Amino acid sequence: MKWNRKDLLGLEELSREELELILSTAGSFKEVSSREIKKVPALRGKTVVNLFYEPSTRTRVSFEVAAKRLSADVINIATETSSVKKGETLVDTGRNIEALKADIIVMRHNYSGAAAMLARHLDISVVNAGDGWHEHPTQALLDMFTLKEKLGRLEGINVSIVGDIAHSRVARSNIWGLTKLGARVTVCAPKILIPPEIDKMGVHVTSDINEALSRADAVNVLRMQFERDEQNAFPKQLEYFKNYGITAERLEKAKDDIVVMHPGPINRGIEMSSDVADGANSVILEQVTNGIAVRMAVLFLVAQAQGKTDEPSN
Amino acid sequence: MNEKSKILDKEGLGRSLTRIAHEVLEKNKGAEGLCLIGIRNRGAYLAARLGSCIGGIDKKGVPVGILDITLYRDDLTQIGSQPVVHKTEIDFDITDKIVVLVDDVLYSGRTIRAALDALIDFGRPKAIQLAVLVDRGHRELPIRADYVGKNIPTAKDEQVEVRLAETDGVDEVVVVEKSQ
Amino acid sequence: MNLLIKGGRVVDPAGNLDEVADILVEDRKISKVSKNIKSDGARMIDAAGLIVIPGLVDMHVHLRQPGREDKETIRTGTLAAAAGGVTSVLAMPNTDPVPDGKDNIALIRGLIKDSAVVNVFICGAITRGRFGREPADIAGLKNEGAVAISDDGSSVDSDDVMRKALEEGKTQKILLICHSEDKALSANGVVNLGFTSTRLGLRGISRESEYKRVERDISLAEKAKAPVHIAHVSCRESVEIIAAAKKRGVMVTCETAPHYFALTEEAVLGYDPNFKMNPPLRGKDDVAAIKKGLKDGTIDCIASDHAPHTENEKDIEFDRAEFGVVGLETELGVTVTELVGPGALSWPEAVRKLSLNPAKALNINKGTLSVGADADIAVIDPDREWLVKKEALVSKSKNSAFLGRRLKGAVVCTISAGKVVFG
Repeated sequence: MKWNRKDLLGLEELSREELELILSTAGSFKEVSSREIKKVPALRGKTVVNLFYEPSTRTRVSFEVAAKRLSADVINIATETSSVKKGETLVDTGRNIEALKADIIVMRHNYSGAAAMLARHLDISVVNAGDGWHEHPTQALLDMFTLKEKLGRLEGINVSIVGDIAHSRVARSNIWGLTKLGARVTVCAPKILIPPEIDKMGVHVTSDINEALSRADAVNVLRMQFERDEQNAFPKQLEYFKNYGITAERLEKAKDDIVVMHPGPINRGIEMSSDVADGANSVILEQVTNGIAVRMAVLFLVAQAQGKTDEPSN
Repeated sequence: MNEKSKILDKEGLGRSLTRIAHEVLEKNKGAEGLCLIGIRNRGAYLAARLGSCIGGIDKKGVPVGILDITLYRDDLTQIGSQPVVHKTEIDFDITDKIVVLVDDVLYSGRTIRAALDALIDFGRPKAIQLAVLVDRGHRELPIRADYVGKNIPTAKDEQVEVRLAETDGVDEVVVVEKSQ
Repeated sequence: MNLLIKGGRVVDPAGNLDEVADILVEDRKISKVSKNIKSDGARMIDAAGLIVIPGLVDMHVHLRQPGREDKETIRTGTLAAAAGGVTSVLAMPNTDPVPDGKDNIALIRGLIKDSAVVNVFICGAITRGRFGREPADIAGLKNEGAVAISDDGSSVDSDDVMRKALEEGKTQKILLICHSEDKALSANGVVNLGFTSTRLGLRGISRESEYKRVERDISLAEKAKAPVHIAHVSCRESVEIIAAAKKRGVMVTCETAPHYFALTEEAVLGYDPNFKMNPPLRGKDDVAAIKKGLKDGTIDCIASDHAPHTENEKDIEFDRAEFGVVGLETELGVTVTELVGPGALSWPEAVRKLSLNPAKALNINKGTLSVGADADIAVIDPDREWLVKKEALVSKSKNSAFLGRRLKGAVVCTISAGKVVFG
């Protein structure tokens, strides 16, 4: 199977075979991170630019570590301090980076579709590190990689995603990836946070947290963001925790070995209690480790495809 | 694809491996401090077989590892077909050991160069030796094998195919005309 | 110079004509329509195998001048119209200044006189500045020559102001055109609310934001016993509401745009802002309802809602891109490809939607090829296929939803006021 895509914009357009290729390639890269010398020359001489329009530490650092372990050079552009503040358009910024002969742009942007737009205008590779509410493909890939490691397979397993589904790019990417590989997905949220017709993505929908946990092999807990204003946020946070928080009591009614995941950073006491976050079922830190391997695989594959066709891989 | 001649059959291949096993032990005065590392794909199977041979002669036996050199190739962006990355499995320390790299065919030498780069990242071996089943000439780098199963002079438009039971269902070495 | 259009199939529903005939144009008027006309000195236009129709009357066009001449001007917009077989255009009032009073209308009239290549009719505003608060000087607008009023781009939120406007419109005999949208319900959306907005992670525009306002607009018109015209109908429910109102005898007419019967919301997958417009593209059922509404007469007119935007404002992140697409040059082709070709509309019916009904709604003397009428004529090759190419578009802006598509039905020649303006 060949990988022909110079960009990774989302999981919606990937085939089952392409997803499996990324996961198996990631497995090989995981071994690199366990060596004494955590470096391979695969992307030596290539330049990866992290273009982050939204603040992020964990994803950006994860991509940076991944690129450096492939021997690539990494440049970080945080737009608060860049010429974007002077009004430069996204495409102009992208073209400038291309003119510097960079090879891959890893971009996070607050508008859905921004990565697709940039990829349309550039010849170099674009990897989507999160665009608005749309997709966050590498997060879902590392979630799936972690699940496959823990449970041995993805086919036929039950995964529940809990949180603000309507505004979550992590949820959308996970839904596409998991359903394509045969998992059964349930989404759980208060009604106003369930987007219209999401059942058409092949998921079961519920607003009952106990139902979501009851037969789940894994639960992926999304970040809940309330207003930064402490006074107004607190009662809403308490309410959310009461109805949807993942606590030890709630997990008692779930499977003993249910895998608990979270894309991070965790709001302890809002979407999940501390004891669950640090408990035996949690794989949150493994997700972070696996994130490096998955991102190495993605950077490696898109770098290979440059100069080749842009059609779906065969 | 035209099969031009058969160089080794099953028995011949087995005899070559046995002879190499003896040569390795002779040169290194025993199995002490030795390890074998096979280069994916067929080199890995050959290394496993060689390891069994050696174990049959010297009860000490030798550890066997598998090396994937895809990430160290110097032609990653030029090749038309997609390089697939597989796992490297070396679960012993190679520092201060004598590493015998094992591969099926030695040709331009670039695969071995990549393997040398990879090995250095794993540790500091005392020495690295090279065992190949077939040396077909046409070196592009100053690389040579310490142990050779068979020397086969070839033309550039020919290809040497090593077929193993583990991957191809049969043990043999043939020379074929290069496919278009 | 006189013109003799020879041997074409003349389709003129106003005159109940659909047969091969010649048309003679003398002195900017149609002077003769019959077989085998002989005329010395007239320039001959060979229309054998072609269709000859009254020039299109597009009652929803944004010419952008005055105010945004970077997007389009009256001159470039009317040149685009000519290329699309359109000989009469209703210029929408969201310009700067807004035609909400005598002076502003006079300014626009002057610009039209100087630079328009086809007929341009003026649509004034319903409220001052289109702010929705104070009614404009509707009597004054009528006197200055406006043939319709609208706040297009916005709806008049206040029932009270709308009611007053409907009554004044009735008194002044000037058509009130409604952009029916409840902005509180469309909630900053950018695509149709539904599976597509969910997949794309974009805010959705609910169908209620359109049809509930259509309901209100019709209800107020019904109470005032005043005529009303609903612009750019996009969804099934709106069609149903209008059909029911017509049955009750309400004086309501309406229009739809070609993209609402040619495209569904799935076109937006891929985030190309050339598929971003307001109202948004909807679902398959809506497309079917629009086509049915055109066929059974619920929808009277096809109008392009030609909305030019510069590349800087269109070729950007989907959320930030302006709403709207150009359409003057493709509306005929899309109508032929999607409706006439597949047999959903006959040629006379298509001419009604594109020419005659808009003229009737606006109460202007256009949309017909009868003797004595203005010589506004379009000659069409109904079978010619053509590719919509960005570079070939005449409009100053190139934001078309049909770029790269093959259309059937091409304009061969357009005549406006007896003069060849295209072809």
